[in-house]
Amino acid sequence: MLKSPSGVAGLVILLLAVSVAVFGPLLFPNSPWRMVQRPFLPPFTLSTVPLGTDALGRDVFAGMIFGARVSLLVGLVSTLVALVVGVPIGAMAGYFGGKVDDALMRFTEFFQTIPSFALAIVLVAILQPSIYSIVASIAVVSWPPVARLVRGEVLSLRTREYVQAAVVTGQSNTWIILREILPNALSPVIVLASLMVATAILLESSLSFLGLGDPNLISWGYMVGAGRTVIRQAWWITVFPGVAILISVLGLNLIGEGLNDALNPRLSREGR
Amino acid sequence: MLSFVAQRVVKGVIVLLAIIVLNFFLIRLAPGDPAVVMAGEAGASDQVFVKQLREKFGLDKPLPEQLFIYVKGIATLDLGFSFRQQAPVSKLILERLPATLLLTLTAFAISLALGVLFGTFAARFAGTFLDTAITIFALIFYAMPIFWVALMGILLFSVTVDWLPSFGYETVGANLTGLAHVVDVARHLIMPAMTLGLFFMATYTRMTRASMLEVKRLDFVKTARAKGLSDAVIQRRHVLRNALLPVVTLAGVHAGTLIGGAVITETVFAWPGIGRLMYDALLQRDYNLLLGVFVTCSVMVLIFNLITDLVYRLVDPRIEFAA
Repeated sequence: MLKSPSGVAGLVILLLAVSVAVFGPLLFPNSPWRMVQRPFLPPFTLSTVPLGTDALGRDVFAGMIFGARVSLLVGLVSTLVALVVGVPIGAMAGYFGGKVDDALMRFTEFFQTIPSFALAIVLVAILQPSIYSIVASIAVVSWPPVARLVRGEVLSLRTREYVQAAVVTGQSNTWIILREILPNALSPVIVLASLMVATAILLESSLSFLGLGDPNLISWGYMVGAGRTVIRQAWWITVFPGVAILISVLGLNLIGEGLNDALNPRLSREGR
Repeated sequence: MLSFVAQRVVKGVIVLLAIIVLNFFLIRLAPGDPAVVMAGEAGASDQVFVKQLREKFGLDKPLPEQLFIYVKGIATLDLGFSFRQQAPVSKLILERLPATLLLTLTAFAISLALGVLFGTFAARFAGTFLDTAITIFALIFYAMPIFWVALMGILLFSVTVDWLPSFGYETVGANLTGLAHVVDVARHLIMPAMTLGLFFMATYTRMTRASMLEVKRLDFVKTARAKGLSDAVIQRRHVLRNALLPVVTLAGVHAGTLIGGAVITETVFAWPGIGRLMYDALLQRDYNLLLGVFVTCSVMVLIFNLITDLVYRLVDPRIEFAA
């Protein structure tokens, strides 16, 4: 991982983004919702408000720092939830095979056929926008690839000798799946997960852009959406948060590629 | 071939039924009693009216029967009534569908053509400056949120230099006809289609490049070279044809993402398609319309998947239709 330049670049970007998300709000305690200056203050004019203000005189820089928290948190948590759903389904399908496999895979395919962003919109709209409904809908639309990947891995690992040995010694199915098979299926899942965090950040920002963000939390997508109507007067309100999304997603994708090259060269041709 | 198509259509219908059932339960998850919500949307909520609505839409019947009525309605293209827009949902969607098809298909064609082209170039000149430049651009385009690309496009091409219109399907009130009208629509189409296509172009570029580099190493390419075929023929007939297979698969997988992207693109550019309709339904919390658009999107994805499956079999003669 550390040998590939893109992996290192990704890691640096991610570390930067995480430290902004964790420490930023401590260093800049100004609320991103508070009016600090006159509206539409252009960037680079005042050192206290380096990136200017939006249509309500709110600090764009503060919004970006607080927005990092929401973006990274939603990306991470929704990916974790998707893993919690997808890994057991894939493991059971691959391990038990036969009818269980058929049923679980038809179920997975069904969710893969539904247009994911449209489903996410519908779910958030119906459950009412909040950070929980956003995380839940992103997880609902992103677990199928995990299940399919894990199933494939488990399917090939199941026939290995050490697994057979565990069966012969009379271990339970759960024990074999959890202790013998899954640890060996982990590396491609880690690669996929890093790419999923990137996709989740994009999804969250798109939902917030459409006005389906958590109304109590500032996020990059919301900022771009709010700046959209005044783009002719104030370009900076839309440009900067977008750059923040771009850089974070780019960093995570680079990490995914670096991990992929390092952990399993086999997956690199499959893409997503 | 026919039995294959029939098999896939049957499978598609089953998935569609499942989606409709999911839809049915999603409507019931929506906050509030549907009849009261509908009455509220219609602007009157006295008890008699609510009761009438309940009877009209079968909401007083047991759940399985309601489901049956709902499925029967969709089978006859009845997706319910939008009280906000005062029109049947299916009529609203059918009016908007052509614009969405124009946008998504144009974006898809642009992204596939340019993606394969750039990917082929990058693979052909692997390791050179050209390859690095294409790879970096693809990485960046791949990480940009579509709504932001759209706004940057407007900022660049409509605000900074006044080259392209920033919204709409045609110039309002111009009443152009014939060729002038086509040119006008095309001018409005360029930016939304490029915006939507950019992400997919990046994906196809990356995929084509990786896939071509891999196929290049295979034995049959060596054989072709040993036979004395020219480099151009080998690239086109042997390498590219095989390298395109994963790209076709990817195109099928991305059908849903393409439609999701259309929702955002249409919203930003005020493109009068079903994506914009979905956004309007969202703003007004018009759940009938929202779910109607959702079903339509699902049907589009199913059809698109069927087509890519067919294309896959045409491109790869090794796969037989019987499958």
